[in-house]
Amino acid sequence: MLAFSKYLFFRIIFSLLTLLAVSFLVYAIIEMMPGDYVSRYLLKKFSSAGGMIYQEDIDNARIFLGLDRPFLVRYGSWIWGIVTRFDFGTAFRSSTPVTNLLAMKFAATVIVVSCALALTYLISIPLGMYSAIRQNSFADYSLTFIGYAGFCVPAFAVALILMVVNTFIFDADVTGLISSKYVNEPWTWAKIKDFLMHAYIPMIVLGWASTAFALQTMRALMSDEVSKLYVTAAEARGMRGWKLYWQYPGRQAIVPMFNSIGYDLTRIFGDLPIIASILLMGELGQELILSYLDADQNTAAAILVLLAAAVTAVNLITDVVIGILDPRIRAGRFA
Amino acid sequence: MKKTDIIGAKEQYYSASQWTLVRGRFLKNRVAAIGFWFLMFLFLISIFAEFLAPYPPSAGSKEGKDRKYTYGPPQIVHIFDQDGLTRPYVEDRQTKYSLTSGEMQRKYRVEGTKKYKVLDKFKENETIGTLSLSFFVHGSSYRLLGLLPTDIHLFGATDPKRKVHLFGTDKFGTDLFSQCLYATRTSLSIGAIGVFIAFFMALLIGGTSGYVGGYTDVGIQGASDTIRMIPTIPLYAAFAATFPKEWSNVQIYFALTSILGLLGWTTLARRIRTHILATRNDDYILSSKISGASGAWIIRRHLLPSFTSYIIVDLIISFPYIVLSETALSLIGLGLRRPTISWGVLMQDMTTLQAIQLTPWYFIPLIFFSLAILGFVLVGDGLRQAADPYSQMKR
Repeated sequence: MLAFSKYLFFRIIFSLLTLLAVSFLVYAIIEMMPGDYVSRYLLKKFSSAGGMIYQEDIDNARIFLGLDRPFLVRYGSWIWGIVTRFDFGTAFRSSTPVTNLLAMKFAATVIVVSCALALTYLISIPLGMYSAIRQNSFADYSLTFIGYAGFCVPAFAVALILMVVNTFIFDADVTGLISSKYVNEPWTWAKIKDFLMHAYIPMIVLGWASTAFALQTMRALMSDEVSKLYVTAAEARGMRGWKLYWQYPGRQAIVPMFNSIGYDLTRIFGDLPIIASILLMGELGQELILSYLDADQNTAAAILVLLAAAVTAVNLITDVVIGILDPRIRAGRFA
Repeated sequence: MKKTDIIGAKEQYYSASQWTLVRGRFLKNRVAAIGFWFLMFLFLISIFAEFLAPYPPSAGSKEGKDRKYTYGPPQIVHIFDQDGLTRPYVEDRQTKYSLTSGEMQRKYRVEGTKKYKVLDKFKENETIGTLSLSFFVHGSSYRLLGLLPTDIHLFGATDPKRKVHLFGTDKFGTDLFSQCLYATRTSLSIGAIGVFIAFFMALLIGGTSGYVGGYTDVGIQGASDTIRMIPTIPLYAAFAATFPKEWSNVQIYFALTSILGLLGWTTLARRIRTHILATRNDDYILSSKISGASGAWIIRRHLLPSFTSYIIVDLIISFPYIVLSETALSLIGLGLRRPTISWGVLMQDMTTLQAIQLTPWYFIPLIFFSLAILGFVLVGDGLRQAADPYSQMKR
């Protein structure tokens, strides 16, 4: 147990260092974009109005946003603000703190994504087990087919199909995460119902690819276990049906599944900007693309760091959970 | 079977090279073999796109547009008429600007509302007869394989003034069939070049990391962990957003391909590192080291051949990821753009409800795309099973 907590301690330290590296990397990438926020913004504003831009306007705007300072100083103060005050700086576009801008969107993203993940595993674990037990049956083949489809049919196509079904059959408007009339309302049952009516599409769409993967993994893990002797022994003692499969091979097969949650999360985050551009969800993916286009450094970097932090946190949690579930890992040697 | 035959077959089995065995096992897997031939078919399409496509893929040139057939549905090839077998023909349709009756309005539902809107003009594609087809017709000139100047296309309308559109057209009357063929070329070439770059990087970085070990290994693994922590599409998109606006399409194509390759090495590098770590202390490596062989020699001569098959499998498996990334980036408008045509660029047109309601043939490229990805997955799976020497013992 002591070895495990020591391992955990180093794991946390290492994760934080990685996150620090991530933050520097993303800040530097956005720095590489041609033209900073000011030149892009002023150009956009004045080219439409037809006015003249003077060098002083640009300089003033730069000083106002702190863009006149060198890159390392800006990065240093940004990261210092995050570490000490959990302050992600000012969003250039809206001139409000990034924390305020992103808080609600981050919450919405976390809810949708975690529901998508939960749905993924609720569907794929029992179906994968079933598929492994009834190998080469019709159900097994159709589940394998769905698994391949999950990889080949891109999530945005699924999103479009679901949208069409909704618009034509249920006559419901499904873009966005919440109807416009509820946006500024407090959370009531009506609003929660409205949210669920909108959010189930992104949940299905985001979980689509992960479900296919998890289904295949679960089937492979389970079929490795089912043929082992301890299962035969349990069967010989008179255990039958789901109880047998759930208590013996099932428990063995589920533990490695937790390892893949981190990967699934990265995959879902990868799909976010694409799905967001179709479903117009007001969440991080959409905000991220907008920030890229405007070179809004603080916001874009903050979103990437938040996504990376979520992945890190999930990886840490799954490690702990596996350590608790599997005594062999807890007692094992950690490098 | 006679006894000598069995011994002969056994001898053949044991003396066969690893590749013969892998190939034998792979071709026995019928699904994987189908996937393989489908991919070969796609590669042939992309090599001979100019010849197979009847028209240029962009609306920029005169030959690429068909003003008489905009938003046109696919034309189905008939080879039978009332007299039996005949020369292949399609029903000749033309876009007719009609203002006569309300029935001719094609409406679509505006996203986010319950209102219906009329598609820009009151257009109806009216059947006015038949249009016969010929093989090897003269059309726009091009260079076959970049060398032979010619203007012969595989098929086309017999009447050189008319055009045939097997997959329909878009709003400029650009032929979707031709676009699909050219898109296959662009997307597959990005995948191939990207995989090649990623492979080179992975070999270099993973090889160094595994062979040198120590602090170098820790440092490289740290860097690779950092990159893997950021979700791929947002990371690629960040790089794609750094492309200057004034870049030409060729520049964007090469920059995008290099980025997909340069960032795609992490998984592959990790696999190569693990392989090298596992084998670098084997006896035969040690004896080579004692004989005075250099590090590069040992890696090239002893370590790499021991897992070539694994690397090739990994390459095939990572191919669709690179194609998917390109598609995703182009789809959200940060990747390629017209007049360059790729699967992702074609998919930009699909992302509206209007596309599903009025012009469902815009989704034909999606079928190409999905089948190609499926082909790669099946071939990758088949190769993995074939390259694993223990896979048959399990069964």
